[in-house]
Amino acid sequence: MSDTPKTTAALGAVRSAFAPWNDPAAKPLVVFDGVTKRYGAETAVNDLSLAVYEREFFALLGPSGCGKSTLMRMLAGFETPTAGRVVLAGEDLAGVPPHLRPTNMMFQSYALFPHMTVEKNIAFGLQMEGVAKAEIHDRVAAALKLVKLEALASRKPHQLSGGQRQRVALARALIKRPKVLLLDEPLGALDRKLREETQFELVALQERLGLTFIIVTHDQDEAMSMATRIAVMDKGRIAQVGTPPVIYEAPATRYVADFIGDINIVEGKVAAIDGRRVTISTALGDMALPEAADSIAIGQEVAVAWRPEKTRIVRADEPVAGGQTMIEGAVHDIGYLGDWTTYVVEVAGQRLRAAVANASRLVERPISWDERVRLCVAPESLLLLTR
Amino acid sequence: MNPRSRFLDATALTLGFAFLYLPIVILIVYSFNASQLVTVWGGFSTRWYGAVWQNRQLLDAAWITVKVAAVSAAFATIVGTLAALALTRYLRFRGRTLFSGLVYAPIVMPEVITGLSLLLLFVSVGIDRGFWTVTVAHATFTCGFVAVVVQSRLITFDRSLEEAAADLGATPWQVFFRITLPIIAPAVIAGFLLAFTLSLDDLVIASFTTGPGSTTLPMRIYSQVRLGVTPEINAICTLMIAAVTVLVIGASLATKRGLPAT
Repeated sequence: MSDTPKTTAALGAVRSAFAPWNDPAAKPLVVFDGVTKRYGAETAVNDLSLAVYEREFFALLGPSGCGKSTLMRMLAGFETPTAGRVVLAGEDLAGVPPHLRPTNMMFQSYALFPHMTVEKNIAFGLQMEGVAKAEIHDRVAAALKLVKLEALASRKPHQLSGGQRQRVALARALIKRPKVLLLDEPLGALDRKLREETQFELVALQERLGLTFIIVTHDQDEAMSMATRIAVMDKGRIAQVGTPPVIYEAPATRYVADFIGDINIVEGKVAAIDGRRVTISTALGDMALPEAADSIAIGQEVAVAWRPEKTRIVRADEPVAGGQTMIEGAVHDIGYLGDWTTYVVEVAGQRLRAAVANASRLVERPISWDERVRLCVAPESLLLLTR
Repeated sequence: MNPRSRFLDATALTLGFAFLYLPIVILIVYSFNASQLVTVWGGFSTRWYGAVWQNRQLLDAAWITVKVAAVSAAFATIVGTLAALALTRYLRFRGRTLFSGLVYAPIVMPEVITGLSLLLLFVSVGIDRGFWTVTVAHATFTCGFVAVVVQSRLITFDRSLEEAAADLGATPWQVFFRITLPIIAPAVIAGFLLAFTLSLDDLVIASFTTGPGSTTLPMRIYSQVRLGVTPEINAICTLMIAAVTVLVIGASLATKRGLPAT
């Protein structure tokens, strides 16, 4: 995808050195090559190409109906592409039935076999493979230990809590040591606390086992906190692929910017280009930001966007340093979230957000409702969105 | 709850049960009648059960009935289960509406018509009527019931269980026998018991489709009753009621409770 190269490079250092997608010599493990899936007149996945590398924790992120689950099910073999190829480890998977594919999947509903114990559920994959009894016993014991369910081995699924079921499903999907583990909304059924814990556990597990995980989720926090890379999907296409910081800090399109986190978007036109400094004229005044000029032209309709937490909010009468975008408005609403306070400021009929971390214990709110305030955004915090 | 409505409830319940079961209770009571006369109570006795045991004709008929019921129910269970699978799994196939109509038709079809049409079929094809014709006829009319029972279970079946099994390396056959069948087994068993019971009870279709040497118990009872009801008939009927009761209770237990682990 066409990220602005300078930002991508700058953000690359945030994560560890693991980045096979930047290495032209690296061979991808999973390749979707021009894959299309149609159901009658409806197109679920539209001419989509994507490469996932070994040991990646790859997230397919998007709202429901964007085709992310269909994409995963085509890799597992439950759906057949209408057009295009799905390649795993160099092998075209066309015509390979699900039971012969070296992928395993953890289902959203967990799909635990209700008539089997935890132990039997986990052993199922090995039994189908024809592994010797003694080895099955050992590997199941190891898997039970891995997910900390030794004590519950002889329980039936209906006797387990949601979190325990999730771990059984995980152990069952991992036991065959799949080349790729597919996780379909794996944490959707868990409550918030447990979900956060499990996120970290999953990442630790994936790193320890050295496996490739592909996760489907509609929850951006899940994708951001776990994934090495995220593919943001929109209506059967990929809107952007990138590491979590790139997706967040350098969204390629309005759709991505809007989908991931909170963002203020202001429509405008390119007014002036001066070297790497671009001025956009908007209804809220001119905004200047550093941007490579080759991708834009004067008069072009664009949008300027910035994140609420990169906005400073001060009283209108307070003096501020120049050299940054300043927007004056009235406080419309204040949302106190404990760790953050979000201010909604109304400016020329548009509502902008500013988020302030509550770094010290709050005794008195410095800014109140209906107060005149100024929002300050540094030039490098502004994003130019052309699409 | 006030005592008045409780009284009303109890009365309604008693009357309802009386309406349903009084004739059967009378039949059972009189099967233990010592008297030769059906309607006159002559003291308690089990002599008619002994007499049944001595009656070769009745015993032969009972044995044939059980054999017909077992074989036809087995047939019906296989065909009915497959029909239910086809109807729930393949939501669109050519002639689906027609097929589902054909599966359910024998349930609503008057038995006389089913019996007569089967008779015409057997005659025109030139099959000698006997054990197998009754069995086939019974399988035909009971498989619809099996399909209905199994289908109700399949509708709530989570397909991702089968996908999970396939994903873990199970071939389609393994998926069916290790996952699908064990999970729907209670419904399949209930369907079998229902088919068995229906076959056991049937008089009309059996009359049309049986031949010499394969007289079923209901037919035998019916023909004897025409010569007058004997206490012996009451005894054999009581035995049949007992058998059917056991089967029906078994069927309902099977649907309620899942099967133990494989």
